[in-house]
Amino acid sequence: MRIAIIDTSTTRAAIISDGLREAGLDDLVLIDPDGPLVAQVESAKPEVVLINLENPSRDLLEDFFAMSRALARPIAMFVDQSDAEATGAAIDAGVSAYVVDGLSKQRIKPLIDLAVRRFQAFSRLQRELDDARNALAERAVIDKAKAILMKRRQIDEPEAYALLRGQAMRTNRRISEIAEAIVTSEALMGDME
Amino acid sequence: MTGERFRIGFLPLVDAALPVLAHELGFAAAEGLTIDLIRDMTWATVRDRLLYGHTDAAHMIAPLAIATTLGKDRPAIPLAVPFVLGLNGNAVTFSTRLAAETGLTGELGDPTRIGAALKKAADARVAAGKPLRFGVVHRYSSHNYMLRYWLAGIGIRPDHDIEIVVTSPPFAADALAAGEVDGICVGEPWNSIAVDRGVGHIALATAQIWRRGVEKVLAMRETVLDERREEVEALVRALHAAAAHFIEPDAAAESADILARAEYLDAPRDAVLRAITDRIRLVPGGDPVHYPDFMFQYREAANFPWRSQAAWLYSQMVRWDYMAFSGGEAAAASNVFRPDVYRAALAGSGAPLPGASSKLEGGLDEPIGAGSTQGRLLLGSDRFFDGRAFDPDDIESYLAELP
Repeated sequence: MRIAIIDTSTTRAAIISDGLREAGLDDLVLIDPDGPLVAQVESAKPEVVLINLENPSRDLLEDFFAMSRALARPIAMFVDQSDAEATGAAIDAGVSAYVVDGLSKQRIKPLIDLAVRRFQAFSRLQRELDDARNALAERAVIDKAKAILMKRRQIDEPEAYALLRGQAMRTNRRISEIAEAIVTSEALMGDME
Repeated sequence: MTGERFRIGFLPLVDAALPVLAHELGFAAAEGLTIDLIRDMTWATVRDRLLYGHTDAAHMIAPLAIATTLGKDRPAIPLAVPFVLGLNGNAVTFSTRLAAETGLTGELGDPTRIGAALKKAADARVAAGKPLRFGVVHRYSSHNYMLRYWLAGIGIRPDHDIEIVVTSPPFAADALAAGEVDGICVGEPWNSIAVDRGVGHIALATAQIWRRGVEKVLAMRETVLDERREEVEALVRALHAAAAHFIEPDAAAESADILARAEYLDAPRDAVLRAITDRIRLVPGGDPVHYPDFMFQYREAANFPWRSQAAWLYSQMVRWDYMAFSGGEAAAASNVFRPDVYRAALAGSGAPLPGASSKLEGGLDEPIGAGSTQGRLLLGSDRFFDGRAFDPDDIESYLAELP
């Protein structure tokens, strides 16, 4: 069963194709998002197309499928509706599937389930990555604030950190927020003395 | 007072204005509603979110609501349209090369005269083995039907003498610039952006093809309408109030400010403002030309879902999907438009309510008073460029007479 993957994120496309390969589905075609979409899909002759829901080429792709059906070409695909619940889960996960006519429900279902799990895994990864990025940025701000306090108050690092933490606890705010306020005010008023 | 929530899907287009303004300017809150706006880049995704419950309602191209109900391309899911978000507001834009070939000027020309020049160009391109190619926003869009209506009427056979492909509005200017298409028929501000970028000349406003052509609608699943009938009526009132405000000349600047924002159109404010105020820059560097009723959002009960408008769209679906006419499908298509909900929502307000639910489309040359059960209703000229009229009770004869 040949599966074409169209995704604006090449990382996610890689994650999905890895998952499909692990499940023994190794007849995969990755469509280059920067290349001509229709020509690539046409020459790939897939039986299933997976495309991310927010892909800006979906209307173009659906029109191509509609034209192919009208002309009775081999690549006449339909929106997958074999299992309403699975289709709903796919839309929730952010993926849309098209299948050639006559492909059995038993063959499509596991494939869709797998794509959904991989899409969800990607979203989770992205969230974790965002969290890590935020944490890194927060740490940088805290370090900066500590340096400002150490210089201004002539104290050492543990004392600077204790000051930040104490203020955060008293005002019921996060340490990074206090640090940010210090860095901002330093930027605005640092040269006044 | 903001207990009832409607998530509304939309595409970044000027005619998404009414739900956006209803949310931003308090018309929804005044009806006890909260609106969450969900922005997408394709109609396929707007439709899927509506069908699978990510949204409760959507800003939608009217023919797509009908195609979804009839089960074109997918199993049928009945949609309902209790409110029309506007008439027209689209344009046909030629590439600079085609504009030069057809002798476009800085004025809006006559559709028949421009058509004759376009036919010459189209014939030459067919003879050269490389037919002209135009982009429309969707297979099931009024853009597609208006463009095809005009082309067929001037002797250019769509799918034979000219190719028509799908181009998403935000990429339409790029497609023109790259030479992928020779012309586009899209909504604003995307024509104006093509002109401002120097890659296109506006040839026609779609209002020149059909003076009162139905454009975007508020669509929802029929089951949602049935289950939330009272809230839907409140939403209709909120959108109607937003429409009354939107057409006030004093409101245009603020509307443009809001719509241009990144979370809505993410587009140049000036292009948005020109569309709202019916001032269209046709050629790069030219002065905007005033074309009254370029967009038509409120007057003449423009938001009333005439069943005859749905029927016209169905007639064009039969025509361009090359399918057989079906009386059952025609009835199902007309039933997507729900004048009964519109009337119930606005009963007791000052809004004019048409007495009829269907009318002859394209039959009026001059403004005329029309029967109403509430308020005074005046209908302006609603002519098609070729002077034909559409009788929703005799679609087959109409189709037989079309070129």
